[in-house]
Amino acid sequence: MRPRDLLCPKPGGLYCAPGDFYIDPVRPVPRALITHGHSDHARSGHGSVLATRQTLDIMGLRYGEEFAGTTQEAVLGETVNVNGVAVTFHPAGHVLGSAQICVEHEGMRIVASGDYKRQPDATCLPFEPIRCDVFITEATFGLPVFRHPPDTNEIAKLIKSTEQFPERAHLVGAYALGKAQRVVRLLRDSGYGKPIYIHGAMATLCEYYQSEGIDLGDLRPATVEGGSKSDFAGAIVVGPSSAFADRWARRFPDPISSFASGWMRIRQRAKQGGVELPLIISDHADWDELLETIVETGASEIWVTHGREEALVRWCELQGISAKALHLVGYEDEAD
Amino acid sequence: MNRFAELLDRLVLTPARNGKLTLLTDYFRTVEDPDRGYALAAITGDLSIAAVKPAMLRMLITERMDPVLFGYSYDYVGDLAETVSLVWPDPPPHQKPNHEPTLGEVVSALQSASRSDGPTVLARLLDSASIEARFAIIKLVTGGLRIGVSARLAKQALADFGKVDVSEIEELWHGLKAPYTELFAWLEGKAPKPEKAAKALFRPVMLSNPVEDRDLEKLDPADYAAEWKWDGIRVQAVSESGIRRLYSRTGDDVSGAFPDLVDAMDFSAALDGELLVGDPVHATGTFSDLQQRLNRKTVSPKIRDRFPAFMRCYDILQFGEEDLRPLPFTERRKRLEAFIATLDPARFDLSPLAPFSSWDALNDMRTHPPHPVIEGVMLKRLDSPYLAGRPKGPWFKWKRDPHTVDAVLMYAQRGHGKRSSFYSDYTFGVWSGPTGEEELVPVGKAYFGFTDEELKQIDKYVRDNTIERFGPVRSVRADRDNGLVLEVAFEGLNRSTRHKSGVAMRFPRISRLRWDKPTAEADHIETLQALLD
Repeated sequence: MRPRDLLCPKPGGLYCAPGDFYIDPVRPVPRALITHGHSDHARSGHGSVLATRQTLDIMGLRYGEEFAGTTQEAVLGETVNVNGVAVTFHPAGHVLGSAQICVEHEGMRIVASGDYKRQPDATCLPFEPIRCDVFITEATFGLPVFRHPPDTNEIAKLIKSTEQFPERAHLVGAYALGKAQRVVRLLRDSGYGKPIYIHGAMATLCEYYQSEGIDLGDLRPATVEGGSKSDFAGAIVVGPSSAFADRWARRFPDPISSFASGWMRIRQRAKQGGVELPLIISDHADWDELLETIVETGASEIWVTHGREEALVRWCELQGISAKALHLVGYEDEAD
Repeated sequence: MNRFAELLDRLVLTPARNGKLTLLTDYFRTVEDPDRGYALAAITGDLSIAAVKPAMLRMLITERMDPVLFGYSYDYVGDLAETVSLVWPDPPPHQKPNHEPTLGEVVSALQSASRSDGPTVLARLLDSASIEARFAIIKLVTGGLRIGVSARLAKQALADFGKVDVSEIEELWHGLKAPYTELFAWLEGKAPKPEKAAKALFRPVMLSNPVEDRDLEKLDPADYAAEWKWDGIRVQAVSESGIRRLYSRTGDDVSGAFPDLVDAMDFSAALDGELLVGDPVHATGTFSDLQQRLNRKTVSPKIRDRFPAFMRCYDILQFGEEDLRPLPFTERRKRLEAFIATLDPARFDLSPLAPFSSWDALNDMRTHPPHPVIEGVMLKRLDSPYLAGRPKGPWFKWKRDPHTVDAVLMYAQRGHGKRSSFYSDYTFGVWSGPTGEEELVPVGKAYFGFTDEELKQIDKYVRDNTIERFGPVRSVRADRDNGLVLEVAFEGLNRSTRHKSGVAMRFPRISRLRWDKPTAEADHIETLQALLD
């Protein structure tokens, strides 16, 4: 069987003909397998959804309990038969509940990575490399310039800045699912014990992480009710970066704008966004991790999707590994 | 090296002056000698390292990685130093030096490298450094840190760090050399103030305060002399034991750009005055003319002939061995007049006094100056000694009223810090083109001059009238029927080849919000062009 007879890109997403299902479809389909809870991968309105329990929980929190006709929990490492195709979910290390999906049929094994990273992250299970014939890798940071530093270095910069500028509030922009909790947890693991203030949009997901046993310490809403501006002097506030450009941010004293993202590796990106304290913290694999992972899977063929595909395809060619870009649409380049 | 790299990265993204000062003083406090001294020299532009050309950098990197992958990377990042620092491959562990170099080690390795082994030395340093440090190393060897910190600001940070006045640092500066160990020892209270051993040092300049509303009614005109305030750049010419230096107001050595003037400094004295171009007797050049000679390291004979530099002298600070600064103004003025008479009249002349009888008469002179290159009057107390800094009382400046233009708000950008959620930086334009086909062309940018309340109003206006967004910038609706007219005040206008409009404003600020004025009645570019001639 040829790989493309098992999985092939369709306008709705990656489609498995023998199993009649889609992986991370971008439009409503009868049967969807979902790698993780970010909104460009996990959409509502499918007939049935197969995903890890945590991904199903997160979808429920974001879209309400009726987000799909039926749901089925995929237990990590346990193989499920979907219309005769063997499907196994493995941890991807991206965010809580994230998984790679291994699809096997008639001796052909393809692993769809979803989004993944290899840096340790206390808020989710680590990525497990799976041997396969075809590895479908994300390429959000698929350029040799993206090399993420250890996240502990970046958090140390943030803590140092709060000591240098104790009169200013530090507003850390972070993606609401995954990044925000990871930043908080990194602060805690670096010994930062003060309350951390969070934007309302993040409260539900932070509570969910806490209920899953991920200790985030003392989190408080970033509101001024009954208090004053000066309460936030030297404080760390985590929220979506869009909120910091908004009038919402006027409650904070002389804020320093910070942003936790892999894009912050490029100085011009930080500058254009008016970011004063860039934190290069990413939930996606950097260039070195992408290469390492491709080698570890032992795959003889690599499919590259959402991101900077051409550089990774070029690298594979130089290594004698067959590679192609899938050109799937509908996944946000910017979501990190 | 990593601490220096981190400092550079923070400085370049920190817009506020106070923030930059905090970062610098913290660095001086926590980093030891000689690293902090080399960092200081790198920032003030006093570190000499043989430059590496971009082509050499490209060659080094393409020897180490696939040129196609490098091409993709460079296209994406757009900055060569940054791209190379990011894609530089880590050598295999057994070849990687087991020690990350300090800034001091980097500087000494680069300074002792010969032209032929320069690239090898650079490559070895890049092999041993972290990504952030690589960027800093490449910036050092390619010249120009471009971090938005002037030498003046770095000296202010030193002054804050040692709790001394910045004029003390400026006075010492040119006698010191990197890594400035004796300077730091003094600032930390561990050693006496370094001796002023070098010749032709800078003397801290005396500055004036603007005349405020009720200042003059308390003062007696008979206590003051007035002179014209010339629109050039304030300089200090010091010549001592054969050493000649021309300093800017902040103590930067600008001799290199004005060899014609320096050649004429065949005396032993220190003079304070205004640098101008042209013919001192017949044709004093405008600030635009002077700009042809500013910010150049060297100057071509052609430009030198077309815009000869001369100094219009205000004061004399030193004559031979004698420090004249403690003398009263009237005494120094007599000495100055006698001294100027002995100098080359094509290069040095006297800024004439402007006798006046009353403040009203002076006000009239101020608003109707006899020469277009005069921007107001200076008032100097007859009995005042020459003091460093800006003491309140002895000297005043009373400027001509600014020019104003009615312009239309075109773009607004978010500010930083306290203003990070406000659209507070405004690009404005005036009409250009034939009747019926008028278009707005941007003529300047301003971010002050308005009250906090007005800022809120403009911010709301920007948010309600946005037509396009690019990152932190919003394009605001502005056409013949819609838009906000801003009255913009400015000090002068220069020709500019960088701006589409061909003009660049000096010190533009928002003087009034003209909510009442229809955009079609805003000014035309011709109004500004008329000011150029």
